[in-house]
Amino acid sequence: MAPSKVVLRFPAAIADKPIIFHLVKDYDLMINILKANINPHKEGTMVLDIDGEKAAAGLDFLRGQGVIVQPITEDVVRNEERCTHCGACTAICPTGALHFERPAMLVRFDSEACVVCQLCVRACLMRAMEVRI
Amino acid sequence: MSEKTFQEINTKIRAGKAVVVTAEELVQLAAEKGVSQVAKEVDVVTTGTFGPMCSSGAYFNFGHSAPRIKFYRVWLNGILAGTGFAAVDAFIGATALPEDDPLNTTHPGEFRYGGGHVIEDFVARKPVRFKAIGYGTDCYPRREIETVVTLDDVNEAVLFCPRNAYQNYNCAVNLGPKTIYTYMGVLKPHLGNAHFSTSGQLSPLLKDPYFRTIGVGTRIFLGGGTGYVVWNGTQHFPSIPALPEGAPPVPAGGTLAVLGDLKQMSPQWLRGTSMLGYGATLTVGIGVPIPVLNEEVCYWASRPDSELYAPIVDYAEAYPNRKPGNLGFVSYAELRSGRITLQGKQVPTAPLSSYAKAREISNILKQWILEGKFLLGEPVQLLPGPDAGITPKTLEVRGPERRDR
Repeated sequence: MAPSKVVLRFPAAIADKPIIFHLVKDYDLMINILKANINPHKEGTMVLDIDGEKAAAGLDFLRGQGVIVQPITEDVVRNEERCTHCGACTAICPTGALHFERPAMLVRFDSEACVVCQLCVRACLMRAMEVRI
Repeated sequence: MSEKTFQEINTKIRAGKAVVVTAEELVQLAAEKGVSQVAKEVDVVTTGTFGPMCSSGAYFNFGHSAPRIKFYRVWLNGILAGTGFAAVDAFIGATALPEDDPLNTTHPGEFRYGGGHVIEDFVARKPVRFKAIGYGTDCYPRREIETVVTLDDVNEAVLFCPRNAYQNYNCAVNLGPKTIYTYMGVLKPHLGNAHFSTSGQLSPLLKDPYFRTIGVGTRIFLGGGTGYVVWNGTQHFPSIPALPEGAPPVPAGGTLAVLGDLKQMSPQWLRGTSMLGYGATLTVGIGVPIPVLNEEVCYWASRPDSELYAPIVDYAEAYPNRKPGNLGFVSYAELRSGRITLQGKQVPTAPLSSYAKAREISNILKQWILEGKFLLGEPVQLLPGPDAGITPKTLEVRGPERRDR
């Protein structure tokens, strides 16, 4: 699994607990702390890169501890000017986020269904799919 | 059987009385009223296609500098153009790449910019970096020039495509174990997807499979402007292979050589195109009007997606090694449904050419004709059809023994 970026918010009550330690020790995760602002008895925030098979379980553990977990999503956006509605992306897209509206044969992009795998970004003949961070 | 002539139809167009429908509309009309009735009522059928067409390019006459130079090499936005004809003429091919392009060194290469993009930039009226070198002659003493040019600065700019508007094309699949990056797009392993590239029932040459109306001098929609069919395209193989009784005829692949004034064209209909792991090319918009001269022409022009078939070809092994044969045929109706069944497997399908844009082109061309500003060009010579017996030639390795042995 590719590393995912998350924002963690620690409520004041748990700011002094050794929580990140458990991610490494118990869930065997590779952690890269990109940003941290932790102060005793105050709410803290942290931006992490998390990589490892048990990442999802690790994030559940965090939630169980009262940490608010927010994934940082890179968005895939479509440059409407460049898109010609050819549909070369539609059989590549794994979730059907990019799909044909029939019988108009216009390519629709359902960003809710997009998992930001970015396969379309390089497969698009017109380079109309872009990553927005 | 009643016959109409090009002249009769043009007279009606001038008078604003011609009945013009798109190929999609004709399919519907013929299904409702029958071919012979529709053949009487309709004068012109408009077709359209908008897909990547590699054998495309444009030639220019850049005008003379002072002192004069005779081009030995020319680069447009860093991409080598073709020289080797008159002093200040050059040709840029759609698949030409920048001198410093990483190509496929890190596979698959991205090919974000190529000759097709240069053509798009020209028609978008963007400034293009121009560099040329010469070797110096008494009449052309200059040896180097670097400047910036736009489409309006040059004498002539002509889109000239030796092979466009493929009549029919393979439905490409990948039988191999890994993802492949082809001119038919990204093909996932083990029949992960199937790509095709014509607009089926809207496609110009699928609607005149016997070349009864299209020839040298046919006036067409080209890149948003007016263009002409100037010859058959390269690799023009219009034969229709013998198939079992009752099977629909499957045109192999006639092609068009087309030409038109680039200065009339639009970046909306000429698009630089990037094929991951393959290269750069140009997506070209073409619309061909088909005069309904008689019932036979009307019959072929009114064939629906369900009667038009594409061969399925494996691009992992068969295509690269020029192995003959295919994995069967599939109709454009099935291809356009989004899913086909192949070797017992459900395979998602996707086109590389835009059906929506093809439809738009057929409607624009219809409008031009209805407004009386686009007359039919009567061919001075029809293109070779299926009965011409043209068969593909191949490049074989032969010749003298290598000297270095």
